[in-house]
Amino acid sequence: MALLLAVLIWIVAVGLAYPFIVDTWPLPDTITEHARQVDAQYRLTLWVTGIIFLLAQLALGYAVFKFGRNRPGAAAHVRGNERWEILWTTAATVLFVGLTFMGYTVWAEARFTESANRAPDEDRTIVEVVGQQFVWNMRYPGADGKFGPTKIELVDDALGNPLGVDRDHPDGKDDIVVPRMAVPVNRQVELQLKSKDVLHNYFVPELRIKLDTVPGITGTLRFTPDKIGTYEIVCSELCGLGHYKMRSFLEVKTQEDYDQWLVAQAEFLEQ
Amino acid sequence: MATEVAEHLEVHRHPEPTNFWTKYIFSIDHKVIGIQYIILAIVAVFVGMALSLLVRLRLVWPDKPIEILGTLFPVGAPEGVMTPEFYLAMLTMHGTMMVFMVLTTAPQGGFGNYILPIQIGAADMAFPTLNMLSFWTTFVSFVTLCAAFFVQGGAPIAGWTAYPPLSALDEATIGGYGQDLWLLSIAFFCIGSLLGALNFIVTTLQLRAKGLTMMRLPLTVWTWFVTAILGLLAFGVLLSAGVLLLMDRLGGTSFFIPGGLLVNDIPIDHTGGSPILWQHLFWFFGHPEVYIAILPGMGVTSHILATFARKPVFGYKAMVYAVVAIGALGFVVWGHHMFVSGMSPYSGFVFSVLTMCIGVPSAIKTFNWIGTLWGGKIRFTTPMLYSIGFVSLFVTGGISGIFLGQPSVDLFFHDTYFVVAHFHLIMGVAAIFGMFAGVAFWFPKFFGRMMSEGMGKVHFWLTFLGVYAIFGPMHYLGVIAHPRRYAETTSVDYLGAAGANEIHYFVTMAAMITVTVQCLFLINVVWSLFKGKRVTSDNPWEATTLEWVTATPPAHDNFEGRIPTVNHGPYEFSVPGAPRDYVMQCNAPDAAPARKSGE
Ligand code: HEM
Ligand SMILES: [Cu+2]
Ligand SMILES: [Cu+2]
Repeated sequence: MALLLAVLIWIVAVGLAYPFIVDTWPLPDTITEHARQVDAQYRLTLWVTGIIFLLAQLALGYAVFKFGRNRPGAAAHVRGNERWEILWTTAATVLFVGLTFMGYTVWAEARFTESANRAPDEDRTIVEVVGQQFVWNMRYPGADGKFGPTKIELVDDALGNPLGVDRDHPDGKDDIVVPRMAVPVNRQVELQLKSKDVLHNYFVPELRIKLDTVPGITGTLRFTPDKIGTYEIVCSELCGLGHYKMRSFLEVKTQEDYDQWLVAQAEFLEQ
Repeated sequence: MATEVAEHLEVHRHPEPTNFWTKYIFSIDHKVIGIQYIILAIVAVFVGMALSLLVRLRLVWPDKPIEILGTLFPVGAPEGVMTPEFYLAMLTMHGTMMVFMVLTTAPQGGFGNYILPIQIGAADMAFPTLNMLSFWTTFVSFVTLCAAFFVQGGAPIAGWTAYPPLSALDEATIGGYGQDLWLLSIAFFCIGSLLGALNFIVTTLQLRAKGLTMMRLPLTVWTWFVTAILGLLAFGVLLSAGVLLLMDRLGGTSFFIPGGLLVNDIPIDHTGGSPILWQHLFWFFGHPEVYIAILPGMGVTSHILATFARKPVFGYKAMVYAVVAIGALGFVVWGHHMFVSGMSPYSGFVFSVLTMCIGVPSAIKTFNWIGTLWGGKIRFTTPMLYSIGFVSLFVTGGISGIFLGQPSVDLFFHDTYFVVAHFHLIMGVAAIFGMFAGVAFWFPKFFGRMMSEGMGKVHFWLTFLGVYAIFGPMHYLGVIAHPRRYAETTSVDYLGAAGANEIHYFVTMAAMITVTVQCLFLINVVWSLFKGKRVTSDNPWEATTLEWVTATPPAHDNFEGRIPTVNHGPYEFSVPGAPRDYVMQCNAPDAAPARKSGE
């Protein structure tokens, strides 16, 4: 019994850890420097916790094995061991809290967007992202670089105005609204996240970031993609029956392709 | 103090009931109420498991017709094919059933109710009638929740966390009364739990037998006590939040609904509310709630490990401090559920540090459990197997918390299957292993018969492997960025490409087998009730605490008027020089040779 249980615990522990060690199911690709930093932090955590995990499970199995067999004499009357207790308490504190502090800069990178030394780039691409059941709409400010005002009364999907942009307003005239997102490579992108109805969540696995779109609040995300390609945007906050199919695409293009794409969208708008 | 205790005793001794109704149904006897809670949890857990199977089936075969479903749910599964909203409804009810009706009833209201008064040498709870009210309020809550299946619109789809505006606006869902009933049910549940919490706290503080100081309490009592304090502080908040949300739905208020919404092209005339407010209120309750679910399991585990390792609990004081620390810290980490809500990054960092701090007492408990086994003479009874299983599951589930507690990493893992793996292992199955252990351990005291060890062991082996097979692979789904609460994988290309479907298939198979195995547990309970080996002693496990000196099953007033005096700590196993390898708490002071000071 002792051996069986010990072996079972070991097998389960090693079996669970093994795919992490050999990376059977790897993380998605990374397309920003930030994403790579997140991965580094993840790997560090994986090492630290992986070792604790295996040691704890091995020790558990070993204790079961060693002290579960018939042996002569009574059980040890031990009530504790202050030295060991202090040791592992300190070790756990240092490791766990240490990890958070080591991850601090990565977190700051993603979210401390307003701090002085992280001022946004002047030439960043600004895109408004609006979630609604169960589609994404992206708005580009157009040539004037300004978003026009929106009004609920103007919302009309049939007329191609899902956001209710005021087309009579000078700022709104040239706003481009599309269901997919395109951005130029190697330039900072700023997303302004909004929702028309319920909570949604903008998640692109390759960016390693997600942020809720909260109705009534505008959330901000900044990132600089450095790999050309098409990536899926998936909704990551339960938003209703179509939650699983609320998807769009993030296309990272060369500057030229992006400019052409913008022109094409603008022309489309004229018609 | 001594006379005070005696007086209390008189107050709390109530005459033995004489008719069926007052004896078994509207009983004020804590033992009957405890069993009632456990039966409620068993019913709920089987309902919850059935729901989870539907969820698992749809994930693997989204459009395969299952004829019987078509007959049972003509709306939710027309022609036997489950709709996405049916999936979400089942998911929501599964989570609610499990978290509230299972994990928050049996561990505390069930085992705590039955065992706590006996372990502290009391004749009953401090407020027996209140105790009965707690149970029946909880029962009404359960019935209300079940009613949500049958009303127009069916069960709610907003998840067990019920985030508004989805949960607040019928325009955003198929609508109906399901969500209202859900909120009502939660409100009743909070009331029942609040009453129960008061009772547990007063009982522990006031009704302890002579000599039973706080630092001589069994760890089970400590965890029930701290759990009750958590419940008292947390359920009030959920109750108010629930009532506010119900007002938003029915009374036209706007606590959680901001202005200017356009849902399904319908303008909403609410204004001024905040959906984030709900998240704060919900998780201010929600994080303590996860400890409400697990702390009693931790207590039972410590208790059983010591009993069957024949050793004192390793670091008893540290165990007590850890439980108290977990309870206290548990109230200041709720923000770790909201890293992606758009909260200030500064708050995020503070919540992160506090969250990591709560990992420390959790780690202490784990090391001390292993320390308890170390050097012991382990007896592999079924309750012991479940408890060792608990430790393994607790480690596995806790480790993933270290990932999720770091906002930088959580920005990737939040709301993926990684979180699903985390909380099922640590809160779902670990806590349920605690309950299995509790049933197997106290069954002889409850009914005077042992449970079948053979069936118990088979059940343990299969379930231990089964839960790892179900929830282990969910970590990998998280790593490939599989969002949770998805009715199917077909609409996202990277999921299929990364192998999500194969993992889902494996998990569903494991789940079907493991759920089937649970029938063995039920069979064991029923079989043992009638055919189990009769106990030959009041203390079949050779344990130390007071429940083992009472009659089997205990008399109506537990100690037949002779409340024992406590002379020893709770885990005096293998004391050198003592005649047997255990010294019961109520044994004469000289039963254990005096130890050197400093102990
Ligand atoms: C080592 C200690 C622990 C840490 C550091 C930790 C950390 C976390 C974090 C950060 C989250 C949020 C993840 C997310 O949604 O992105 C989370 C979720 C969760 N944790 Fe833990 N946790 C720990 C222990 C526990 C325990 C002991 C339980 C229950 C007994 C538990 C139950 C849950 C539940 C139920 C959720 C998910 C709630 C939901 O979103 O539906 N955790 N945990
Ligand atoms: Cu969505
Ligand atoms: Cu939490």
